[in-house]
Amino acid sequence: MTGANLIPDLFSPTVVKKASRDGFGKALVELAEKDPNVWAVTADVSESTRTHWFAEKFPDRFVQVGVAEQNLAGVAAGIAACDKLVFISAFAAFSPGRNFDQIRVSICYNGSNVKIHASHAGVSVGPDGASHQILEDIAMMRALPEMVVVVPADMEEARKATLAAAKLDKPVYIRTSRENTPVFTTQQTPFTIGKAIVCREGKDIVIFACGLQVYESLKAAEELSKKKIEAAVINLHTIKPIDIETIVKYAKQCNVVLSAEDHQIAGGMGSAIAEVLCEHCPTSMKRVGMHSQFAESGNCSELYKKYGLDAAGIEKVALELFKSK
Amino acid sequence: MKNTKELKLMANTIRQDIIRMLVEAKSGHPGGSLGMADIFTVLYFHVLRHDPKSPTWIDRDRFVLSNGHICPVLYATLANAGYFPKQELLSLRKLGSKLQGHPHKGTLPGVENSSGPLGQGISQAVGMAIVGKREKKSWRVYSVVGDGELDEGQTWEAIMLAAKYKLDNLITVVDRNNIQIDGTTDDVLPLEPLADKFRAFGWCVIEMAGNDVNSIIKAIGEAQTVSGQPIVLIARTMPGKGVSFMEGKFDWHGKAPNREQGELAIKELETERKLLEVG
Repeated sequence: MTGANLIPDLFSPTVVKKASRDGFGKALVELAEKDPNVWAVTADVSESTRTHWFAEKFPDRFVQVGVAEQNLAGVAAGIAACDKLVFISAFAAFSPGRNFDQIRVSICYNGSNVKIHASHAGVSVGPDGASHQILEDIAMMRALPEMVVVVPADMEEARKATLAAAKLDKPVYIRTSRENTPVFTTQQTPFTIGKAIVCREGKDIVIFACGLQVYESLKAAEELSKKKIEAAVINLHTIKPIDIETIVKYAKQCNVVLSAEDHQIAGGMGSAIAEVLCEHCPTSMKRVGMHSQFAESGNCSELYKKYGLDAAGIEKVALELFKSK
Repeated sequence: MKNTKELKLMANTIRQDIIRMLVEAKSGHPGGSLGMADIFTVLYFHVLRHDPKSPTWIDRDRFVLSNGHICPVLYATLANAGYFPKQELLSLRKLGSKLQGHPHKGTLPGVENSSGPLGQGISQAVGMAIVGKREKKSWRVYSVVGDGELDEGQTWEAIMLAAKYKLDNLITVVDRNNIQIDGTTDDVLPLEPLADKFRAFGWCVIEMAGNDVNSIIKAIGEAQTVSGQPIVLIARTMPGKGVSFMEGKFDWHGKAPNREQGELAIKELETERKLLEVG
């Protein structure tokens, strides 16, 4: 037992599938119902980012800037300067993909209380192709002073992450997906920004994952278990501030570390873990992710398979790593 | 509120402060700073509803500087208005100073927004004005944008949005001084017909002589009566105004005067001051 309180039958074919962006949209409405200072701004993607649920209920606090992500970030900073809690939503490829400077200066350097919801992140966006599959956003966002970076694993966790972000008086980057994926965490699953969740205990190898790779890692661990390899699976939903304590504890316990994320291996969650390990307890490590490459069109599961981001891909690297012990 | 003579004297004081600050800092932007001294003076000593003793007063007019590199004029104006002691002006750009090379919100009282990368302030001004308009606040948003800054695509994103939301509580001054780092705006990237561009984007355009206190007061007064659309004041200004060897020279956009040049400049401004005092 880990205290993660995941759904009972994790790998049932009937497990409910929803997109993490839905969790953001629900939480935004929940927040706005309680707090009249919550505002939302979008750049022509209100429905895709699930901001339209807010817009329908609170039109007086909704701002539509059009296809203009630079202005999106700046206008949000201006609204926040009037003591509002502002959520901006767009596709991750364009915000922060296109407006890094505005996020850096108008939001972070200004000390603006703006939350950046970036949907459609990673290879998981699938058929839209490589231009829309941003794989560098975590790297950009975690390098910024003041910024908190959260990558929820499913719809329920995206809801909790959004609620938790609202309580912080600083910018928070929330990365979600369009793909409908298993909702395997529950309302009882704990969520605290900066505190990793142990989803599965194990002593032979530890897999740190974020976003959709958490569930894939749990599946991989199940397969590894059949081969008498017990993998711990940690949901590292917060990339910054990173949970040093949990990383070090499991690195020492398992002696080999694997990371898995829908992102370039340079600069993402795996890099963040490697930084922690280098400084606190150097440990043999491998990173599952994109290896300085663009992907292509295809559906999410096809792409995850081809690029090794699915359970089989994670299991394969885990086996190599375990054998090297 | 000050009378015209008092305003002109204050603009002269601010110009002298700018020169002393830049000489001391050994870097910074004199051209736009000197050129905008009259407009900043009229804003802070005649127009803005503000309280230097309470910089975050909730009902204050907001002033957003978009082209942050002309911050010497903002800092000198804020100090003369009483936001912080004037002696701090000489710490510009130095280690540990509240007067950062480009403005930082939260470090210096009276600075509403961090700026530096061009095009960003105007978006923030629009965001503030949307809140003011939606919540029927009595305060207005005033912003200053450089003409070269209009090269940035983001400014036009903001300009379009301001018209969409009919932000008649937003008054934006374009510092039309015709210079940018690499030369004249006509050479680098032509902006004309600028007034027609703003009109086509749904703004009310008022042109003014940006170094003439009476023209500035009149134009802002007119802007305050406009309803249903944002207002741009296209201010024809002379870069380096008040210092003959800097006037109209784009190479003084971002180069500080040395001590000798600074003394010459102060001498010239002192002569102007004496004329103002007797006039």
